[in-house]
Amino acid sequence: MSDLEIEALKLSLQVALAAVGFSLPIAILVAWVLARKTFPGKSFLDGFVHLPLILPPVVVGYVLLVGLGRNGIVGSFLFDTFGLTFAFTWKGAAVAAAVMAFPLMVRAIRLSLESVDQGLEQAARTLGANPLRVFATVTLPLASPGILTGAILGFARSLGEFGATITFVSNIPGETRTLPIALYTLTQIPGGEAGAFRLVVISVIVAFAALLVSEMMARRLKSRLGG
Amino acid sequence: MNDLNSTVDVDIEIERGDFTLNAKFESDGGLTALFGRSGTGKTSIVECLAGLLRPKSGRISISGDVLFDAAQGINIAPEKRRVGYVFQDARLFPHLNVRNNLEYGMKLVPVDDRRHSLSDVTEMLGIEGLLDRHPSNLSGGETQRVAIGRALLASPRLLLMDEPLAALDMDRKAGIMPFIERLRDHVGIPIVYVSHAVEEVIRLADTMVVLANGKTLANGDVEDIMSRLDLRPHTGRFEAGAVIHVWVSGHDEDNMLSELGFGAGLIWVPKLEFPRGTPMRLRIRARDVSLGTSKPQGSATLNNFKGNVVEIEHVAPGVSPHVDVLVNIGAPIIARITRRALAELDLKPGKEVYVSVKTSAIDRQSLGLGRRR
Repeated sequence: MSDLEIEALKLSLQVALAAVGFSLPIAILVAWVLARKTFPGKSFLDGFVHLPLILPPVVVGYVLLVGLGRNGIVGSFLFDTFGLTFAFTWKGAAVAAAVMAFPLMVRAIRLSLESVDQGLEQAARTLGANPLRVFATVTLPLASPGILTGAILGFARSLGEFGATITFVSNIPGETRTLPIALYTLTQIPGGEAGAFRLVVISVIVAFAALLVSEMMARRLKSRLGG
Repeated sequence: MNDLNSTVDVDIEIERGDFTLNAKFESDGGLTALFGRSGTGKTSIVECLAGLLRPKSGRISISGDVLFDAAQGINIAPEKRRVGYVFQDARLFPHLNVRNNLEYGMKLVPVDDRRHSLSDVTEMLGIEGLLDRHPSNLSGGETQRVAIGRALLASPRLLLMDEPLAALDMDRKAGIMPFIERLRDHVGIPIVYVSHAVEEVIRLADTMVVLANGKTLANGDVEDIMSRLDLRPHTGRFEAGAVIHVWVSGHDEDNMLSELGFGAGLIWVPKLEFPRGTPMRLRIRARDVSLGTSKPQGSATLNNFKGNVVEIEHVAPGVSPHVDVLVNIGAPIIARITRRALAELDLKPGKEVYVSVKTSAIDRQSLGLGRRR
């Protein structure tokens, strides 16, 4: 692989891992709220979470640019207080990927949380466990196959993220040029076909590897859950 | 390890959909059965005791310690009640093996407050060999025993058992009953046991609460409740009968019989494996008792007693060909006879009668280990 390919691959993995790592806990929390709680405005929250799934990615990227840019409301606050910059950095690419992957993760996790027998949670309460402990020792382990599915879906979606990323953080080599963006760039220059083909092969291999790893982990989880 | 002094006081009103239930009873140790047909709300009552369901009004306390009081706005969270719950469907954690299931509640109790050790409980319930197994690899009976152990190891002040035998077949039921008897007699925490099977109640319970039509109809000793003819529609006709206290007074090895003593005589039953002196509780089904006004001659029945009619059941004409008659033979006994026989024998309260009980009618299901009180 060329240095450019390695750079794009490393960056893609970094962005996707960061995106899933930071959004997974939030996705679990939101999925749990949607699965178990009733409150006014629940359907609004549900719809809001799903927005990135139905909006054109460019719209999401533009909203992020306006909101999280150095001059945006949230962006300027984050820069002033934490010195954090998202626009045109790899962190911004991770945010864009996380936002786009979020609804997929929430959907998968919510389904698995809904399938956890609440009778088991009640049993844990009568054995002396407070709600937080019940969540950590009963709900989470029993929902873990769905959480794994959600994480893999989110990872795959993040690897492939293009529209929102290029709109929000542009196409900067070594900073925001992930695999899909590098591929797109090669298709735009004369004689880039061979390089583009190599990137296609790399993308396929990475996707397959992710799938295999998830299958393996799912099998191990299943046997631990007493399948 | 003894907590026999702890008392449970319940006086609550439960609302579920279009149905309200008033439950009022107390228990001062031992095993209290909540008895009633399916759908009378027995499970709702134990859910209220555990804190999983909120009563509409009323009060629940254990030894004066208030768990719920609608008027004062008290509703202690389930995890702070120290009330153990054995669910009908066991609810073992499928992602933990038997040992981790058993230790789940135990580990949440400070070491000094633990009343039972893992080894004692597993030995009592006969589950020592199952510790490394997974719940999916247990039989129905083993599952329930593990569920009982798990609840017990959390050191509860009160143990709730919601039809723990309902999902088991006859053999498995019979296999678990001795464990529940041991629990009742040796662990010494009050147990509230939900059941709709009168034979379970008779075998296991000290006191019982009869529930029907959204109300608590009666609450008292099993012997007293079972000999009340007015409760007969609710205690069930087929399996119904009087319950008397007896003790094993001797064995006739040659004929494979055992002799049970009670206040006013002896009853012969098929051979029992209990030593002399063992207190027991004997249920004699009304349909196994016959009545006559003269002493039976040349009868094959070993158990014949003389007594006086106490009460005759009121059954509206056209409902049943039978009536139940309560007779005092030194202990209460109930006989089921036809209406015609009632008329022909001209039975009235106070009249002297002869009662016979078939030995073969008394099986292990009719006998519970009694408690020395």
